[in-house]
This record gives sequence, C-alpha cells and structure tokens, in this order.
Amino acid sequence: MKKNSLWLCGLVVLLLLGLAGCAKKQAQAPQPPSPANKNLILSSTTDVQDTGLMDVLIPMFQTQTGYVVKPIYNGSGQAIALGAKGEADILITHAPSAEQPDVANGDFINYQLLMHNSYVIVGPPDDPAKIKGLSATDALKKIAAAKAVFVSRGDNSGTNIEEKALWKQAGITPNGSWYLNAGQGMAPTLLLASQKTGYTLTDLSTYLAQQKNLQLDILVQGGKALTNIYHVMQVNPAKFSKVNADGAKAFEDFMLSPATQKVIADFGKDKYGQPLYYADAGNIATGGQ
Amino acid sequence: MSVIGDGMIQAGRLLISGDPEVLRITWRTLQITGTATLISVVIGVPVGVTLALRKVFGRWLMVSAVNFGMGLPPVVVGLFVWLLLFRYGPLGFLDLLYTPGAMIIAEVIIAFPVVAGFTLAAIQAINPKMRFQILALGANRWQFLWLLLREARLGLLAAVIAGFGSAISEVGAAMMVGGNIEGLTRVLTTTIDQEVSMGDFVLAIALSVILLLLTFFVTAILTWYQQHRRQPQ
Repeated sequence: MKKNSLWLCGLVVLLLLGLAGCAKKQAQAPQPPSPANKNLILSSTTDVQDTGLMDVLIPMFQTQTGYVVKPIYNGSGQAIALGAKGEADILITHAPSAEQPDVANGDFINYQLLMHNSYVIVGPPDDPAKIKGLSATDALKKIAAAKAVFVSRGDNSGTNIEEKALWKQAGITPNGSWYLNAGQGMAPTLLLASQKTGYTLTDLSTYLAQQKNLQLDILVQGGKALTNIYHVMQVNPAKFSKVNADGAKAFEDFMLSPATQKVIADFGKDKYGQPLYYADAGNIATGGQ
Repeated sequence: MSVIGDGMIQAGRLLISGDPEVLRITWRTLQITGTATLISVVIGVPVGVTLALRKVFGRWLMVSAVNFGMGLPPVVVGLFVWLLLFRYGPLGFLDLLYTPGAMIIAEVIIAFPVVAGFTLAAIQAINPKMRFQILALGANRWQFLWLLLREARLGLLAAVIAGFGSAISEVGAAMMVGGNIEGLTRVLTTTIDQEVSMGDFVLAIALSVILLLLTFFVTAILTWYQQHRRQPQ
C-alpha cells in the first residue's frame, strides 16, 4: 500500500515538474538574427487590435527587424499614461488632446501622424430622437433634450475622450438615467446600446465588425468633428533611460514607411468593401479632437 | 441560447482539427498553471504543517494572514505585482513584466495561501491523540510528518485542487502582468476575455468549453488520487 501511494505521489510531482521544465525549454526557442535589446513594448489601443490590423503589421515588423514586440492594449488614456511613465517604448494612440500635454513636456518625441478613420453615431433604426443626418453636436443636443438612452464607453479610451469633447462642444453635461456608463470596450458597449435601443458613439471599424450582432444603424457620420486621428510616438529615451530607443525608432520608421502605409490603406477592403483606415504619414492632421 | 450551442460545436471542431494556436494556448495554460501550483504546494504545505504543529511566536497572526490570503482579490494581487514589476518599479530590474514568470508569481501569491490554509485546517483536524500514538510507536521526525500527511490526505488533496483551481481560473491578474501577448503570455482565460471584448462570443464559448475540459481532466486525476482508497483505520 505504501509503495503505491508513493508511486502516485512521485508521478504527480514528475508531471508538474515536466510541465515546468517544458516551460523553460519553450522560452529558449530559436530566434531570428536579432538586435542587442530585442524586446519592445508597444502601448496601444484596443481598436487596432480588434480590427486585426496589428496582427498583420506586428509579424511583418518582427520578421523584418528581429525585434520582439510586446503589445499592450488598453484605452488611449491608459496607453498614454503607461508611456508617460516610461513603461513603454512606443505608442500608437488616437486621442490627440490627451497626447498633447505629454508631447509638450517632452515625454514623447517624434510625434507623427499615422492614419485616421472616422467615428459615427449609431442608434436604433426608428431613431426616436430624430438625429439622422445632423451634425454631431446637434445630434447630441437632441439626444439630451429627448433624454434618449445614450451609452458611453466611460473608460477614458480615445472614443470616450472624443465623446466627452463632443458633449463639451454641444455645451451639455450629460447626466441622468438616460446616460449609461458602460465602462467597457467598444464591442460590448455597442451590444449594450443595441440591447437598450440607445445611441452611442463608435468608430466605424468596430461597428462594421459587429454589425451582425447589432440592431443599430449609422445615423450621423462625416465632418471634421468625427475624424478619428492616430499618431505614433516614441517615449523619450533622454527622459527615460530604460526605454529601448533603437527599437522604438525602428518601429516608428516601419509604421511610417511607404510599404506599411500601403498595407494600412488596403487593410479591410476585401472584407468590408471599404478601407478601415486611411494612411496619413507625411500629411497634416485636420479635424478630430 | 444558440450561442452556447454554436460555441460547443466550435470547441469540438477546434479540438478535432487540432487548431495549432488553440493547442499552443492550452499547453501554455497548463505549463504556467502547473508551475504555479507546484510552487504553491512546495511552499504552502510546509507552511500549513508548521503553523498547525508548532507554537510559533505570533502564530495567531500568521494563521490570520494565511486565511486572509485565501480571500485576497486576484485583481488586487495583479495590480500590486504589476506595479512592483514596472520598469521603474522596485522590482523592475528583474525584467519580468509581460512574461510567463510574472504570471506565475501572481498566481503563486494567489494560490499558496489557499494551499497553506487548507493544509493547516487538514492537519489541525487530525485527532491530537493520533499524533501521540504515532510518536509513541517510535516514529522519528520524518516518519511522523509523513504519517501525518497521509492521515490528512483528503484535506491535502483538497488543498492542491483548490490551489490549482485558483491558478487556472485567474484572468485579471494574468492579463495585467502577462499582457495577453500572442505566442508568449496568452492563456485560455485571457483569450476568452479578449474574445468577449471583441464580440466574438462563439469563440469565447468554445475556448471556455476547452478550459472547463482541461480543468475537469486535471481535477479528476487529483480526485481519483484523493478518493481511490480508504485506509483501514
């Protein structure tokens, strides 16, 4: 009896040890020829992950340069905060008003326009607040006046920052049981809005990707105020010595290179019939928040 | 709830076709959780046994700490470990953030109090007269401990199962300190979280089914060992 239980004990321990050992081996898998410090932390936003753009671009970059990118996706607010503490090497975010202070005080360098797409306001097909075709700020005024359900991201993401700016432009502080704070990503927020037959602000790409799950129509689109602008920026190595400066520069150069810009411009065309992003390297930013 | 049905069908498809990414994620989940559970058991069982048997100074405080640890919110553990492992944080020099190592650390912090707490309770539940009897029969220190552990086997296995359960179900802390990075720190729970956030519910359910099967498989083995033989008293 004693021997049996000893065997079993040993087997279980061996199993766990073997798993632990395999973990070590996998970590030493062969890498392509690589630069001195090959780990690069990219702090970016959930939408470029959700559309699948980063799943295309990051492997391209890694194969070309040998860097290993560790992408960390959050809302723009948190993405920027991480970069401003030197905990990331390179950023791609889409909230210029939140990025500006850190560009101004030198936390970020090489602040370059990368690409843009647009926000839209979506809502129930019967449009109770009658906002179809209006400008963004007029639409929000009507939604507030009608106390129609409006779902906010509530998470300091780029979309949330844009939404708050639009309310401010409309001169309204949204408040009341009609204004719901989802505190979640774009897809769950859209689903919540659909369930509650309410309105929400969304980027076009996520809406297109989620359309089959939703009963929401695009009611307001177009115009400078609804442009969604993405910048790429490096975290300043002079301020934060632990930053992988060479890697960050390589990544930024890669993102702005004509070949990559073409990939961005073509991305999603075959799936959605329209491009999800408009490549902007070298252009001047117009519109947006 | 056709989504759940579709999800289960997709789970079957993913497993039968041997989808490489799913297999990689599942294997990584087992590795990280296995390592974390092993470390938690190696630390937790001795701690539990010591607290059960020895009259250490401040024992009550330490037992309270262990029991408190059992109720620690994993998201709080994740937050603290994340901040500690920051580049510019106190443990930044270890360069562990966004690696499987960081996830193991967080899972050990969550799981080892569970293992220690269950072990402590299991040992304390043994009739004190049994301890005297073992010693009276001439057992040396190691024989004494081994026999005690065998007596408490039911509770000990419960400790290991509970520790494993805490580790494998961890999502918030794993996401924060691991980063859910494809090919590196992506595990079943963080992938499910991501897929829900992206609105792909069918895939999320499919992965959930796989995770449940994995958990059941491991706990079934441990349960068999726990229950397979009743010792003649």
